[in-house]
Amino acid sequence: MKTTSVFGLTTALAAAAASPLAAQDTVGIDDKVNQVFADLTGPFVSLIFAPFPGTSFPWIVMWLVIAATVFTLYFGFVQFRFFKHAIQLVKGDYSDPNDAGEVSHFQALATALSGTVGLGNIAGVAVAVGIGGPGATFWMILAGLLGMASKFTECTLGVKYRNEYDDGTVSGGPMYYISKGFSELGLPGGKILAVVFSVFCILGALGGGNMFQANQAHAQISGIVGDYPGWITGIIFAAVVFAVIVGGIKSIANVTEKVVPFMGILYVGAALVILIVNYDQIGWAFGQIFAGAFTGLGVAGGMVGALIQGFKRAAFSNEAGVGSAAIAHSAVRTKEPITEGFVSLLEPLIDTVVICTMTALVIVISQQMIINPETGSYMLNEAGTAIATVDGNSGVALTSAAFASGISWFPYVLAIAVVLFAFSTMISWSYYGLKAWTYLFGESKTSELVFKVIFCIFIVIGAAASLGPVIDFSDAAIFAMAVVNIFCLYFLMKLVKTELSSYAARLDSGEIKKFTH
Amino acid sequence: MTVKLVVGLDGTETGDRALAFAKDLASKIDASELIAIYVIEWSPFTFQTADENAKRHLRREEEIDLATSRIVEPAVAALRSAGFNARGIVRHGDVAETLDKLTVENGGSQIIVGRASADGFTKRMFGSSTQNLVMHASVPVTVVG
Repeated sequence: MKTTSVFGLTTALAAAAASPLAAQDTVGIDDKVNQVFADLTGPFVSLIFAPFPGTSFPWIVMWLVIAATVFTLYFGFVQFRFFKHAIQLVKGDYSDPNDAGEVSHFQALATALSGTVGLGNIAGVAVAVGIGGPGATFWMILAGLLGMASKFTECTLGVKYRNEYDDGTVSGGPMYYISKGFSELGLPGGKILAVVFSVFCILGALGGGNMFQANQAHAQISGIVGDYPGWITGIIFAAVVFAVIVGGIKSIANVTEKVVPFMGILYVGAALVILIVNYDQIGWAFGQIFAGAFTGLGVAGGMVGALIQGFKRAAFSNEAGVGSAAIAHSAVRTKEPITEGFVSLLEPLIDTVVICTMTALVIVISQQMIINPETGSYMLNEAGTAIATVDGNSGVALTSAAFASGISWFPYVLAIAVVLFAFSTMISWSYYGLKAWTYLFGESKTSELVFKVIFCIFIVIGAAASLGPVIDFSDAAIFAMAVVNIFCLYFLMKLVKTELSSYAARLDSGEIKKFTH
Repeated sequence: MTVKLVVGLDGTETGDRALAFAKDLASKIDASELIAIYVIEWSPFTFQTADENAKRHLRREEEIDLATSRIVEPAVAALRSAGFNARGIVRHGDVAETLDKLTVENGGSQIIVGRASADGFTKRMFGSSTQNLVMHASVPVTVVG
């Protein structure tokens, strides 16, 4: 039903583009898309973000926090104990030279990171800080550190239970480890849970991995070239993504994969420059982050508001516990699945603890958020839903304004970075969604094509809809994946513990050695 | 004692000239073995899409098969039919580094390669594999023009 209406929508969009009256109708189309989309997704969003009775605390946030804490404790702070070893693995110290030419630990990590480093780090952080205040950053960092253990758990299982086909290709991810792991432990329901996860993964791919990206890329472009209808950005993006994932034009993806890391380094570099120039304010900014974490500094929702925003945006950015990374990491060539778990725990560190914190510091230091000089607390906007900003900016526009206050021309670079990040995240998520889709419907060419076309249509919808409904649906879909994934990880974590104990013992005894390169 | 001469193949005419020189050299030595090596340029530190990663094992096998059947096997077969003691190796990696490492591993006493086949900007920026090999090799290197 949904698909039919979506196909109808694209026909309408094409007709509107061809009509001389298109310009007059365009804003109306965006409004209609927005309304239909908000109505369709509202109940799903409400369920995922339902608060605990009598409170405003969404149960899903607690779900993620508890899981990350449980994994951290259960594996004895694995993210700190094996941090150095993770770096050595990425450097290739333990890689067998005879495996040269296979997917390396570095490549698996870089691929997974290109799916997570992106708008979550730029726009998502601005949303968190804009609503939850600087204190949200503290909870975001904490969530990033704890999330490293969740990532470790799921990625180890991703490699351990992947499917290796006769033709040499691999498919892995939660749907595979849930069904195989449950069956190995003699637990019922593995297949059903894998199917439910796959359904949510498809929604997550269409939401956070697609619509949110298209939406914020459009916001960034229109912020520079002037306002114009979102569906135009959507159609252009959809055409390019279509060319890559359906047309198989690898050159576009290859260029992106090479440019994106460069943009990431440029982004962190620019943030560092701003921080160095304003080094005298870094102490104050951290003061705001710590004070805001426990007092809220007058922000709507106070400390709890800061905590919710911090944890929500961290999870959305680094996807720890969501299960997506397990799909990306499962292609690595290793005889020890747990090594990929160690490598993957670097992901939340780079994504959240380093890059998100940089963004947050730049936003706080740039003082784009208005402080009441009398109380010293942040002032709320007219609606009372977020902190008032100098130009009324939110999301990616707030980050852009913050960077512009230090480097005036940076919004142009940021616009290019956002478009490239959005594009590379879409390519990554099109793969995650596709793996879930083929798990459900089989790995035939027709089945793959159907998903890829649906994926491209959602790019247009995402660019046309307004931020509110898109971000709600994107969050809800991604977190729905985490509901199933984490539930299953609780049962499967003992399998990871066995791997960890065995590996740690062999590493200590010297049985696992470095290769001399 | 058998003198092991390593020949770096690159599938081009310069590689063939290196092979011809190695044959000439080996014919003057009583006991010699020619080891023909083809290195498929590859780095573990590149950026790839998830789809490329999923198919990487398959592609690697195809690359090795192609290099073996098109370059190394014909070269080794020609050497053997000319009466030389010869074998071939195909490996992924940095060309200069891998060629040197395999030479050491196999007890090679000399490496013979063709002169640089890289051209233009890349060569100016990073130097060619031949230049890198000459600068870092553990055994003597003969560069055939």
